[in-house]
Amino acid sequence: MPSLNERNARFWQLVLLAVILVGWHVASRNQQIAFFLGEPIQVAGRIWSWFLPFEVPPNLLFPDGLKGNADIYRHLGTTLLETVLAFGIGTVLGLACGLWLALAPTASLILDPYIKAANSMPRVILAPIFALWFGLGIWSKVALAVTLVFFIVFFNVYQGVREVSPVVLANAKMLGANQRQLLRTVYLPSATSWVFSSLHTSVGLAFVGAVVGEYLGSARGVGYLILQAEGTFDVNTVFAGIVVLTAFALLLDGLVGLIEKRLMKWQPRSGETEKL
Amino acid sequence: MSDYALELLSISCTFHSKDDPGQRYTAVADTTLRVRAGEFVSVVGPTGCGKSTLLNVGAGLLEPSSGTIKVFGQPLAGVNARAGYMFQTEALMPWRSAIDNVMVGLQYRGVPEAQARDQAEAWLSRVGLSGFGDRYPHQLSGGMRKRVALAQTLVLDPDIILMDEPFSALDVQTRQLMENEVLALWSAKKKAVLFITHDLDEAIAMSDRVVVLSAGPATHPIGEFAIDLARPRDVAEVRTQPRFVELHTQIWEVLRDEVLKGYAQQLRKAA
Repeated sequence: MPSLNERNARFWQLVLLAVILVGWHVASRNQQIAFFLGEPIQVAGRIWSWFLPFEVPPNLLFPDGLKGNADIYRHLGTTLLETVLAFGIGTVLGLACGLWLALAPTASLILDPYIKAANSMPRVILAPIFALWFGLGIWSKVALAVTLVFFIVFFNVYQGVREVSPVVLANAKMLGANQRQLLRTVYLPSATSWVFSSLHTSVGLAFVGAVVGEYLGSARGVGYLILQAEGTFDVNTVFAGIVVLTAFALLLDGLVGLIEKRLMKWQPRSGETEKL
Repeated sequence: MSDYALELLSISCTFHSKDDPGQRYTAVADTTLRVRAGEFVSVVGPTGCGKSTLLNVGAGLLEPSSGTIKVFGQPLAGVNARAGYMFQTEALMPWRSAIDNVMVGLQYRGVPEAQARDQAEAWLSRVGLSGFGDRYPHQLSGGMRKRVALAQTLVLDPDIILMDEPFSALDVQTRQLMENEVLALWSAKKKAVLFITHDLDEAIAMSDRVVVLSAGPATHPIGEFAIDLARPRDVAEVRTQPRFVELHTQIWEVLRDEVLKGYAQQLRKAA
């Protein structure tokens, strides 16, 4: 039995994907199951006509042919814009509030119950209110996603600042740092490691906020596409929407990972530590 | 102008527990300690006797319950800006490379970037680490990290150097090397040094004066010894001199009872 190294694992991951797709395809030969589960080939066809401007003539797989609409970009762009805006705004707000509250004990003492309440509230419920306040455009979705991102980043920064090594802090003070310099050279870098661990979660949640917001009321966006398809029992399009969203969530997560790798190179990783 | 660099006058430090204000612990009681400019003073005492508390008071990081601190004759308010502090545990910023760690104090003072880098570079090579500037602390060994910390403190050219068992985590060979290096740097610049240790050999080998503290709680000085060994010294060789042995015996005589007391207290605390 060959040992499971990374390339091996990739192979088996692909095998698993193929098994699932084939299983899905075989199951969907039954018309009744296909009504609920959709058909993988139709889902792929839908994604084709969403993204590519090339028409496909009728053939064995697609008896009706495929239209090359390439019409998803408007929707996908809207969803991504909402996600990125929410992610950015939520992260900056969370960082600022986390730093402020961690460094101002009085304020944090007074605000503590309110923060706990705001965090335990099911925030998706705020969507109708945001729709009322900000209308049906992108800003109501951004607001919803911001509330999801904000708390995750906020709590992580708060924790990060609280756990700054007291010796490093005392050392910086002895070296002559004033309050601003302490913030910039000690608190912020120390909190970033916590922030990055939270960014992976929050980038996914920014997506959730944007799509759920669209789903509850909008005129464009991938969430809107899914809602429309659901209205006509077009389960293939629903699945195609899910696949597209998943792919882009993975992409954004990868981007965060890339930035993290660049910024966090001071952190020792197991097996990489080099002693002299 | 006072000829004392650092004076701790009748310092008392009482801590009380946050949860139960009735519970008090007096770490340091009515302690007076003076360090002349250019003098190397060691403070020895059993573990947990409040040596570090005393040093933190001198650094201005901890406000004493009573007593005054004077720095070159001036009463101290806030952090002691004329002092450099070498901590017992890791105090380097893990997110800064060695050179950036050495530079940080200069940056705080607003020294231009290029000049700060040059000075930091010079100090890194003085502590034997030229070429290691771009390493992060986790990529350096314990001894190298201590050297970086030493450079970080000394690059600011402080008039007073406070050291809290800086080499206690190092192996014996590295430790003797570091001790010699510190002595060489000190004799070149003649700063006032307040050196905290629990190692009597180290204290005698390095200092002009050794102050013995009693076991806690309510630590206070119980003996003071002038070390009249010739300088420059080599910390390894000086230990074989008859005068060193004589001094060691004298001081140990005073210290032994306190160490036993401190040990008994720790046993009681653990029980």
